[in-house]
Amino acid sequence: MRTLTSRGGVAWRRRVVFVLVFALLIAVPIVAGALGQPFYIRLFTRIMILGLAAISLDLLLGYGGMVSLGHAAFVGVGAYSVGILAYHADNGGRLFGLFGGSDAAWIVWPVAVAVGGFAAFVVGLVSLRTRGFSFIMITLAFAQMIYYFFVSWQTYGGDDGLQMMSRNRPIADFTNVQFYWLVLVCLLLATLLVDRVIGSRFGMVLRGARQNDRRMRAIGVPVYRYRLAAFTLAGAIAAFSGVLLANSETFVSPATMSWLRSAELIVMVVMGGMGTVHGGIIGAAVYSLLELILGNYTEHWQIIFGPFFILVVLFARRGFLSLVLGESREG
Amino acid sequence: MALFYLEQALNGLQFGVLLFLMAAGLTLVFGIMNLINLAHGSLYMLGAYFAATMLTATGSMLLALLAATLATALCGWLLEVVLFGRLYRRDHLDQVLCTFGVILFLNELVRIIWGPVALPMDLPPVLAGSVRLVGDFTYPTFRLVIIAVGLVVAAMMFVLITRTRLGMRIRAGAADRAMVAALGVDIRSLYSYVFALGAALAGLAGYMAGPILAVQVGMGDSVLVLALVVIVIGGIGSVRGALVAALLVGLVDTFGRVLLPAALADMGIYTVMAAVLFVRPDGLFAARG
Repeated sequence: MRTLTSRGGVAWRRRVVFVLVFALLIAVPIVAGALGQPFYIRLFTRIMILGLAAISLDLLLGYGGMVSLGHAAFVGVGAYSVGILAYHADNGGRLFGLFGGSDAAWIVWPVAVAVGGFAAFVVGLVSLRTRGFSFIMITLAFAQMIYYFFVSWQTYGGDDGLQMMSRNRPIADFTNVQFYWLVLVCLLLATLLVDRVIGSRFGMVLRGARQNDRRMRAIGVPVYRYRLAAFTLAGAIAAFSGVLLANSETFVSPATMSWLRSAELIVMVVMGGMGTVHGGIIGAAVYSLLELILGNYTEHWQIIFGPFFILVVLFARRGFLSLVLGESREG
Repeated sequence: MALFYLEQALNGLQFGVLLFLMAAGLTLVFGIMNLINLAHGSLYMLGAYFAATMLTATGSMLLALLAATLATALCGWLLEVVLFGRLYRRDHLDQVLCTFGVILFLNELVRIIWGPVALPMDLPPVLAGSVRLVGDFTYPTFRLVIIAVGLVVAAMMFVLITRTRLGMRIRAGAADRAMVAALGVDIRSLYSYVFALGAALAGLAGYMAGPILAVQVGMGDSVLVLALVVIVIGGIGSVRGALVAALLVGLVDTFGRVLLPAALADMGIYTVMAAVLFVRPDGLFAARG
C-alpha cells in the first residue's frame, strides 16, 4: 500500500505545505490591515469556510471514493439551523411548535452540527447501498429534496432566504478581523481532526475499501458501516461550515445548496488535489481567486474558467498540490 | 372536479413527454457510451435559444423547429468530437467535472451572445389559442401539440431502435461494446450519430418548452436534474424505461403540486426516485440486466 511512503519525502513535503497554508492564512489579516484593504479579510474568511466544506467532501471523495453530488445540502442544513433558531429568538414562536429559538453559539452550533450529521446519516443510510453512477444520482436527488424543502418553506423566507439580525452570541459584536481569527482556529482544528481520522485505523479501513472493496469485505470488515460513519462525519463538518457561513453573512439562502454548488465543491477538491486534506483549502482559494482575478477582466469569467477547468481535469488530475508534492498519498 | 383532474393529467402528460425528449438522449448516451453528460441541459437551452432567435427573425415556427433540432445536433456533434470522445474511458468523476465545465462555458457563452434578459417566444395565432375538448373544457392548443409531438417521437424512437440497422447497432453497443467493435462496426461514428441524435431531441425539447417557460440562461440546469431522475428511475440505457419514467415523473410532479402542501410538492419525485433506487438499484427497466 501507498501509505508506506508516508514515512518518506512525500509526508515531509506535505507537512511543509500544511504549515505554509496556515502561515499564509495567519498573514492575511496582518497584511490586509497594513495595506488598508479590509476586503481581503472578507474574501479569505469566505475561502476558509468553503475550504472547510471542501475538506469534509475530500474525506468522502479522496479517501472514501464516494462521489457525492449533494454535499452542499449539508452546508445549507447547518446554515439554516442557525438561521431558523435565530429567527425564533428574534420573533418568538416555535419551530414545529416544539423548539424555541436561540442565538447563543454554545447551544446553536452543536445543534446545527448534530442536525447536519443526522441528515447525512439518513441520506447515507439509503444512498450508500448503491455505488457508482447510482450513488452520484441518489446523493443529487436527496440534495435536491432538501433544497426544494427550504425553497418552499415560506415561513423562513423560501426562495428569498432568511436575514439574521446579528451573529450568534457571544460573537455578535465581533469585528470582521476577530471573526476571521475565529474561523481560522475552527479550520485548523477541523483540519487536524480530519487528518487524525485519515491516519487512524478507521481511515485505513476507509482507504482500503476505496482501493479494493471486495477484499475488505472478504477480510470481514463491515464496509457499509464504515462508509456510513464517514458520510455522517463529513455531513457534520459540512454543516459546521454552514454555521460559520451563516454567521459570516448573517444571511442564509437556498442558493447555498443548489446542485451547482455541490459541483463547485467537487471542483475545489479536485483542483486542490484529492486525498490531501488541506488541498480543500488550496482548491477553495484557487477557485475564489480565479473568480476574483478573471472577474476583474470580464464579468463573463466562467467562459474562461470552464475550459480551463476541463483542461485541469484532463491533464492535471491530481491537482495543483501534486506539482509540489510529487504524488498524492492515495495514488 | 373530473375536468380538473383531466386538465392536470394533460399537464402532467405534457411535462412528461418534454422530460422524455430530454431523457431519451441522456439514457442512450449513458447506456452506450457510459458517459454522464451533465451538459445535456445546456443543449436543451441552446435549442430554445436557436428557436427563439429564428422565430423572431422569420416568424416561422417550422424554420424555428429546424433551427432548434439541426443546430443543436450540430453543437452536440461538435462537443462529442472535441471533448466528450475523450471522456468515455475516464471514470465518472472526471465526466461529471468536465461536463460541469461545459455547463459553465455554455451558460456564459449564451449570456454573452443573447444577453442576460429572457427572450420572448410568441406563438403564431394558430397555436396560441385553445381547443375545446369535451363540453366547455378547453385546453391550450400548443400544449396538445407538445403531447402529440412527444408521443410521435417516442413511437419513432421505438421503431428506430427495434426495427432499423442503426437501432440494432445501438442495442448491441449498449449490450457489449467490445464485441460490436470487434465485429467491424465503426464504433466512433456510431457514438457521434447517437450523440447528435440525443442533442437533436434535447433541442426539440427546448424548442417546445420555449413558449411555455422562459428562454433564459441556466434554464437547462434544473431540467437536467429532472431528466437524470427519469433515467435513473427508468433504468439507464433503456428508452422504454425513459418513456415510462418520464410520464410517471410528469404526472407525480403535476399532481403533487395540486394535491400536496407546498413544502412537500417539490420533493415528491425525489422521494419516488429514492424509493425506486432503494428497491431496484438498476431502475424499473434495467437495460443491462
